Amino acid sequence: MQVGTGRHRGFFTSARGDSPAKRLLIHVTLILACAVAVYPFLRVVSISLRPGSALLSTDLALIPEGATFNNYRTLIFEKDFTIWLWNSLVVAIATVIIGVLLAATAAYAFSRWKFPGRRQGLVFLLTTQMLPPSMLLLPIYVMVVKLRLFNTYTGMILAYSVGAVPFSIWLLKGYYDTVPRELEEAAMVDGAGPIAAFYRIILPLSTPALAIAGLFSFMTAWSEFMMARVMLQKATMFTWPVGFQKLLDQFSTQWGLFAAASVLVAIPAMLLFLYSSRWLISGLTLGGVKG
Amino acid sequence: MIPLTWDIVSHGLAESGRFLAIAVTGVVILEGLAYIVLHRLLKYKYALPAMLIIPAFVAVMALIIYPFGFNMYLAFSNMSMYRFKEFSVGLSYGLQNFLDVFRHPVLQNVTFFQLLWRTVCWTTVNVFFHVLGGLFLAILLNRPMRGKAVYRTLLVVPWAIPQVIAALAWKGEFHYQYGFANIMLQRLGLAPIRWLSDPRWAFIAVILVNIWLGIPFMMVIILGGLQSISSEYYDAAQIDGASGWQQFRSVTMPLLQPVLTPAVILGIVWTFNNFNVIYLITKGGPMEGTDILVTSLYKAVFEFYRYGFGAAYAAVIFIILLVFAAIYLRVTGGFKGAWE
Repeated sequence: MQVGTGRHRGFFTSARGDSPAKRLLIHVTLILACAVAVYPFLRVVSISLRPGSALLSTDLALIPEGATFNNYRTLIFEKDFTIWLWNSLVVAIATVIIGVLLAATAAYAFSRWKFPGRRQGLVFLLTTQMLPPSMLLLPIYVMVVKLRLFNTYTGMILAYSVGAVPFSIWLLKGYYDTVPRELEEAAMVDGAGPIAAFYRIILPLSTPALAIAGLFSFMTAWSEFMMARVMLQKATMFTWPVGFQKLLDQFSTQWGLFAAASVLVAIPAMLLFLYSSRWLISGLTLGGVKG
Repeated sequence: MIPLTWDIVSHGLAESGRFLAIAVTGVVILEGLAYIVLHRLLKYKYALPAMLIIPAFVAVMALIIYPFGFNMYLAFSNMSMYRFKEFSVGLSYGLQNFLDVFRHPVLQNVTFFQLLWRTVCWTTVNVFFHVLGGLFLAILLNRPMRGKAVYRTLLVVPWAIPQVIAALAWKGEFHYQYGFANIMLQRLGLAPIRWLSDPRWAFIAVILVNIWLGIPFMMVIILGGLQSISSEYYDAAQIDGASGWQQFRSVTMPLLQPVLTPAVILGIVWTFNNFNVIYLITKGGPMEGTDILVTSLYKAVFEFYRYGFGAAYAAVIFIILLVFAAIYLRVTGGFKGAWE
């Protein structure tokens, strides 16, 4: 009897491999699942290309008749769209930098030392995830009003940067755990201190997890709606989710503009996601897996 | 229209740059202070880890725990739209706020217990299908085959689309006349459904959207878990003559447990607290028929301006989640993998 050695064999795989019929079935299932996953976005793309006369239509063709980029042109040159993108970008990038900075070092301490209160600390971080975001909204709103940070980037960055930190700490701690301690010990034998070992050995080896933590922080800040809606009242400060809402309120029939804006906003996020997707699976160990 | 001028660009750079500079300086000062106090003065054995953790904890305290405490304080106040600046705090106000949560409709029609039941249904159905769908796809993907990378990439798309976009796009697809859902139903010869004006169908619609949104996260987590299971276990199981199902039950599931437990807890908490999907698609309507606890909380606070009541209500929601998580951790044995 031949025993397979393939590392990625699932439990349905027999030692002799799959029959062609089974393989076909798996591919068909996956293609269907992909269609379900991607189709709604393709529909948005399709609607964004429709000419004004055909916006309301029961046509399901993905490339509409008389496809045009007019919606995109209107959006970029006649609406505040570029401002919204810029504001979101500023807030999201600053959020990522602060969030990852705070989480990367804290997670290292949780991974490498058994200090008293470590367990409680980790449970505490998990507990913060249970606070309904709308619960913190009112207090943060009051704080922001009092600190006069209304309609500022600072207020937004402040409100966002810490939100993703507890999850990032868990994520990074889980990943650091899989990096063998011997590597740092070797570096320390060579005379590096623990901090230098962290910067020179652990951080470079943890790129996948750092990228994922950064990606999550980015996605949270990039598309956050609730807090932004409450905190931003000035049109020059709107992030895109707030701007969108106004766009929809004002032009409730202009589906095409909304669709074009969606495509433009989703593309950077998706590119970032797809770029980091090669790290997604190895980076997301959530503290459970060893080795 | 407001053009994106150099003024606005430079203002954004300057303000965020200043904030970053202050934040980084703050971290360095905190760590320096911790180093001097803990290491030099107290000769504390764990000075180094403490030093590394302090900045993150200070930030969490300031921006999560302090607002949380402030929320509890507001729960004992009579703050409302007319008493935003000058409100009073007292035990009797708190008592009244907390009793109001259970006594009267939270907004206009639906009571707390109806909302709680609906939230539990929403969470259970969603997480069940997230895990089921994620497990199914992960198992299919966890084998050598052609086009695996392409499938994986495409399957992650719902997660990669910002939730605001996904929710609003789906809202369009549930349009009675022009939405994909009804067009398809009609082409299949079925009657169109009043997706967004019938509360029951609206609730089904938001659940469908959220299931679609949440499967990729579970799929990726489970795939990571599956890949970390050494194939030796399967080889041994096969030599013992275990069937596919037996291997799944006795090898895959137990070894997946440490990955699945935290993922399921996070999934439940995130779904329970998910505001975007419901609020953006139905605003909780029609007739508050799709409101769950967190959307009605948001509406009570920012549409009905009942600040004190909202704070008490938020506290009740938090306690429910906390109790749930404690029980779940006890039952499943928790995060053993994470402590070692």
